[in-house]
Amino acid sequence: MDKNKFKGWLYLLPAILFLAVFMVYPLVDVFIYSFEEGYNSASQTYFGVGTYNYSYVLHDPYFLQAIKNTLILVLITVPVSTILALLISLGLSSIKKLRHLFQTVYFLPYVTNTLAVGMVFMILFKKTPYTDGLANLILDFFGQGPIDFIDGPYWAKMLVLCIYTVWVVMPFKVLVLTSALASVKEDYYSAARIDGTSRFRIFYKITLPMISPMLFYLVITGFIGAFKAYSDAVAIFGTNLNAAEMNTIVGYIYDMLYGDSGGYPSYASAAAIVLFVIVLTITCINLLVRKKYVFNK
Amino acid sequence: MKVVLQNVTKKFPASGKKGEDVVAVNDFTFEIPDGELIGLLGPSGCGKSTTLSLICGLQKPTSGKILFGEDDVTETPPEHRGVGLVFQNYALYPHLTVLQNILFPLENLKGKNKLSKDEMKKRAYAAASLVQIEGLMERRPSELSGGQQQRVAIARALVKMPRVLLLDEPLSNLDARLRLQTREEIRRIQKETGITTVFVTHDQEEAMSISDRIVVMKDGVVQQIGKPQDVYDDPKNLFVAKFLGTPPISVFEGEVKNGALCIGKDVVLKLKNAKDGKVYVGVRPEGFIPEKNGALHCKLKGVEVMGRDISILSENEASQNPVIRSIVSADSKRDIDVSAETVAFSLKPHKVFLFDHESEERIAFDVL
Repeated sequence: MDKNKFKGWLYLLPAILFLAVFMVYPLVDVFIYSFEEGYNSASQTYFGVGTYNYSYVLHDPYFLQAIKNTLILVLITVPVSTILALLISLGLSSIKKLRHLFQTVYFLPYVTNTLAVGMVFMILFKKTPYTDGLANLILDFFGQGPIDFIDGPYWAKMLVLCIYTVWVVMPFKVLVLTSALASVKEDYYSAARIDGTSRFRIFYKITLPMISPMLFYLVITGFIGAFKAYSDAVAIFGTNLNAAEMNTIVGYIYDMLYGDSGGYPSYASAAAIVLFVIVLTITCINLLVRKKYVFNK
Repeated sequence: MKVVLQNVTKKFPASGKKGEDVVAVNDFTFEIPDGELIGLLGPSGCGKSTTLSLICGLQKPTSGKILFGEDDVTETPPEHRGVGLVFQNYALYPHLTVLQNILFPLENLKGKNKLSKDEMKKRAYAAASLVQIEGLMERRPSELSGGQQQRVAIARALVKMPRVLLLDEPLSNLDARLRLQTREEIRRIQKETGITTVFVTHDQEEAMSISDRIVVMKDGVVQQIGKPQDVYDDPKNLFVAKFLGTPPISVFEGEVKNGALCIGKDVVLKLKNAKDGKVYVGVRPEGFIPEKNGALHCKLKGVEVMGRDISILSENEASQNPVIRSIVSADSKRDIDVSAETVAFSLKPHKVFLFDHESEERIAFDVL
């Protein structure tokens, strides 16, 4: 073997070993468990092999609810947070005064603890014996009746969860997009200006294509991140998510493993594989879309 | 379209709190005649690029006026000035094809100026054929060589039929050979279209070779304006004399004593009606004649043969240049003793310039 090639593999070895032991092996294991019925991790035994786990999970109303919740969350928060982040970044890059202050303000949620943010959302939305929450105070001002955002109707709870998710994921997107915008050379804008290009056309024809690789990166990671949502829901609605109708796919997997109904690694594995297939499909679609629309340098 | 700059001044606010304003362009007055190619020439930081930005409207002058023909465009935003600008790095939109790049300015036209799709394509192809890139229309800028990108940039600037074409260091990103070719190309395109063109360069050879007129600038102040040959033959001050010409002019510390021009101990010329005092003596490389009994004695360092010409490298204590480079025709090689320690030169009086030691302004003189 080529000496350099050997050296290259040697340098890669630590990372490969770790990945193999802690990522590839568990992945394969999960795949196997998902076909082993009634697998018990303590005794390492199971009754039989088949697709029963999948059939159970896919007929479990809690899992269907979790899929519905996750899909709604993904479809709302990814576009909303990306577009909002784009608008904020455009704003940030067009101001000079106080720019650093605002950059810091927008970045704060990123470094704030999820549970602390959850507390803040409680204050905003939770009904207590003393107050209906800040949001209800504002609604009351417009003559609208109080809504229980934490224990009330489904749409209200979903709204809170979406707002929370958007708020948490946005700082990173703003950060990435502001630097993407800054990397577009001033000359392109000057050239466009001299040619009498309208502001909208400059944005649509120059800025957008130039930052499209970054934008696309955010959409893909956004999709994957939103599919993996769990802690956000816990922060607002507590650990009994099934009861609150606010469970997510990852929440369901966790519950199957450790929750009140815990001790079902086979079901958890099947659910995890279902999630994997969904994320894989969406990412493949994304990559196909990318080929068509994203400009590559 | 003639372009007139009247007392144009551009100041930039100081970067620090206590610093003074930076005057990038100071009281620039010049009328560019219709259809001429003008070279703005100067070392980096002399304000030539700022002048270009002022003409195209990306920056507004602090004071003074800019006119295109009879139009006062001082307050007109760039998009309404009708200028085409070619950027130093071309600024071609990397995500668009050559055709889309050239079409871009046309697609911006609105209202009564709006063109049909066919008309746009026709004009884009006309511009492309002018710069000879019709074969590359479907390529992306990244798939083109530097010279081809340059042509696309020129086509994009020309396609909207600007009143004035501006080029910012158009050749600086090209290799030496392409540079020669492209500068002739720019000249040809300018002649064919007859558009008043201003280009910025720090390369004097480039400016001299294709401009109808050159403007030499230093520290925001115009030093001299004129036809390239005139400026070369008749520089107003030491800076202009030093800046023009390759190899550069040789400058000596000299003195006028009783009508005799001395460099060191050598009396090189006898002058009529010249004031006594210290001067700078500039001698163009072609102003040296190697002769056995020449007046100026220098240490011979070497002889370079370059085919048609040879250049003699020598040293002199009074010289400001470390090496004096003089160019003589190859025929005179037999007159030069290559192994000798010294070489003596007579000077051609019309290739010798005197400059005041204080102001560095040119001093006129007559030879006795």
